[in-house]
Amino acid sequence: MAEMKTGAEIVWECLIREGVEVVFGYPGGAILPTYDALSKYKDKIRHVLTRHEQGATHMADGYARASGKVGVAMATSGPGATNMVTGIATAMMDSSPIVCITGQVATTAIGGDAFQETDVTGVTLPITKHNYLVTHIEDLAPTIREAFYIARTGRPGPVLVDIPKDVQNASIEFVYPTEPIELPGYHPPAQATDEDVAAALELINSAERPVILAGHGVLISGAMKELRELAEKGNIPVTTTLLGIGGLPASHPMNMGMMGMHGTPWSNHAIQQADLLIACGMRFDDRVTGNLKTYSPNSKKIHIEIDASEINKNVKVDVGINADLGTVLRQINPGVKRLDRSEWFGKIKDWEEDSNERDILQFESPTLLAAQAIRKIWEGTKGSAFVVTDVGQHQMLECQYYSHDDPYTLSTSGGAGTMGFSLPAAIGASFDVKDREIWVIVGDGCIQMTIMELATAVQENSNVNICIINNGYLGMVRQWQQMFYESRYNETPIYSPDYVKIAEAYRMPGYRVETLEDILPTMKKAQEHNGPVLIEFVVEQYDNVYPMVPAGADLHEMIRRPHPRFEKMEM
Amino acid sequence: MKQTLIALVEDKPGVLNRVASLFRRRNFNIESLAVGHSEVPGVSRMTIVTDEEELLRRNIIKANLFKMINVIDVQDVTDTPCVFRETVLIKVEADAVTRGQVMDVVEMYRGRIVDVGTTTLIVEVTGEPEKIESAIHVLTPFTILEIMRTGKIAMTRGKVMPRSNGTTRAASNGKH
Ligand SMILES: Cc1ncc(C[n+]2csc(CCOP(=O)(O)OP(=O)(O)O)c2C)c(N)n1
Ligand SMILES: [Mg+2]
Repeated sequence: MAEMKTGAEIVWECLIREGVEVVFGYPGGAILPTYDALSKYKDKIRHVLTRHEQGATHMADGYARASGKVGVAMATSGPGATNMVTGIATAMMDSSPIVCITGQVATTAIGGDAFQETDVTGVTLPITKHNYLVTHIEDLAPTIREAFYIARTGRPGPVLVDIPKDVQNASIEFVYPTEPIELPGYHPPAQATDEDVAAALELINSAERPVILAGHGVLISGAMKELRELAEKGNIPVTTTLLGIGGLPASHPMNMGMMGMHGTPWSNHAIQQADLLIACGMRFDDRVTGNLKTYSPNSKKIHIEIDASEINKNVKVDVGINADLGTVLRQINPGVKRLDRSEWFGKIKDWEEDSNERDILQFESPTLLAAQAIRKIWEGTKGSAFVVTDVGQHQMLECQYYSHDDPYTLSTSGGAGTMGFSLPAAIGASFDVKDREIWVIVGDGCIQMTIMELATAVQENSNVNICIINNGYLGMVRQWQQMFYESRYNETPIYSPDYVKIAEAYRMPGYRVETLEDILPTMKKAQEHNGPVLIEFVVEQYDNVYPMVPAGADLHEMIRRPHPRFEKMEM
Repeated sequence: MKQTLIALVEDKPGVLNRVASLFRRRNFNIESLAVGHSEVPGVSRMTIVTDEEELLRRNIIKANLFKMINVIDVQDVTDTPCVFRETVLIKVEADAVTRGQVMDVVEMYRGRIVDVGTTTLIVEVTGEPEKIESAIHVLTPFTILEIMRTGKIAMTRGKVMPRSNGTTRAASNGKH
């Protein structure tokens, strides 16, 4: 006969069977039975106490992005669960597989506005891939199993399981289900039809100016090899989305870099003048298309995407293939012909040369520039660090000045643009990333959103090197104010504490760097230290990120950094 | 032309809310939604009518419904031969003088009088939504006090039908 187990024990039993090694969470009344049952499982699973439930979800997310496994976050009902909302929405927008487990008031109290009752499945309905309220203990194990399955398959995403306190306390004979999961309404698509493959090949093999748009799907599907084969075999240039960075090595001669609002000018021009776009696991977000009416007007479009609802959503395509990217590329690649596209590559080269001359690193600056600092971080880590960024100018500069040759080495909040993501996400990643240094690039605004997680980093002795790019401003917003609101800097100068003292208060090493020469020696100290280190970079306040496609403008209408040969540089 | 969708969904708590929330969130407009048990235990059937004209948007609506875990199958039957029905209850003012006139109208629409009050009648009419519109139009001069419509329900003619085991889903490759 099977053993009797409580709902609380079943939670841990299920997590362990799913291969979960670490859970990020924060206790409270409605989840207390589950925390109590943890005593029995401490040798099999680790719980990390965070300082905020938002941090717990970002840690689970950061862990998931780094490892490809499902990240797990846990919280109590009411405010505990609502504190998770930002982290869940962030994971949803970036297709990151996490499972959130929340306590709920007892089933008998639900609907009565009990203490710390919030309709959490209602609140998170639009920001989860799926969610559950478990009202019967016999449903608990099958539900948790389903939650993991849904989170990691198809287009991954967050799944929330809300468990009332009486369900955690109830007991049942525990039998872990072993039959394959069969959900009548959930069948992730597998491969392309022969007609789709033929239609795609016809376009690819007759295009003169094709461009591959490589998105997050490349990394999620693990299709790096197939992407590279398509590019090399077909002689086709590649540009990536923010989350597609690492899909093809940055140093690969066919990689034009990132597209979109702060992308490389040559990839934006290439997209606009292309006669074929091959979109691989991306969703034509407004930050990469600019004005949809004028987006790549003369191109045919192939869209390979696992989520059918993304095909034809923003951009009308000629061939839509709803299947796993790696599988589709393996179907397509054998038929791809190599064409001479030297004229096309020549054009791209011209755009590139003009842009290189405008590079900020070509200028003399009396103050340390954020771009210089980030380039030095690249140098000091030999380009092989696992980098986690936050959101703002420093994020875009990371994409421009830290070249990633390996996949899964950049973690950043793309779709949601969630300030406060980086520190907790890096702590989460540190539970998986053991063979690389972890560097956090974070602004002075962003760090103050989740700064409390420094305590978690110290508590777990996470090997994270936290670089605060301090420009004294909510820089990206200040840049918009400068460009579009006549430099009225309302509420964007931001006061910071003494970060070195903050580090000291949290009992971790802290340094301040103000010159280019100081960067590498300070990094060395951080590299030699085991555990978290904080480095504040005091940088130029008024530099901007160029190029910039203003929101809603045509993709080729980039605001460029003034050319040094023609104009004096203005900050 | 309006878009008509038939969806087979799991009969679980909150599924109607999920579908309604999807339409709100994606900024699609529901004209009517009728839901009830289907021939398969545990499976409910919805007829959803939207006012979306554009084909690509219609496909996106369908794909978004497909994507929901509790939605087993979706058929866009806008261009498929179907039987459409809707029932309406209309409460009209009618005294001894006008009662006969109202009854004549009801007769014309093959409707029924389902309640008689001293100054009111409740009329029931079933048929294609156009017939309902027309009945309402013709009864309007008698002063309509209340209208309750069920929303359109649809069933395809012949053997074309959504599958309660979800096997038609795979066809959603963005082209439809
Ligand atoms: C939670 C949240 N609130 C507000 C914003 C809007 N926002 C985008 S970037 C930014 C400024 C970030 O400032 P900082 O961390 O100093 O980075 P910088 O741009 O200066 O490098 C703000 C406020 C956001 N993305 N997320
Ligand atoms: Mg700043």
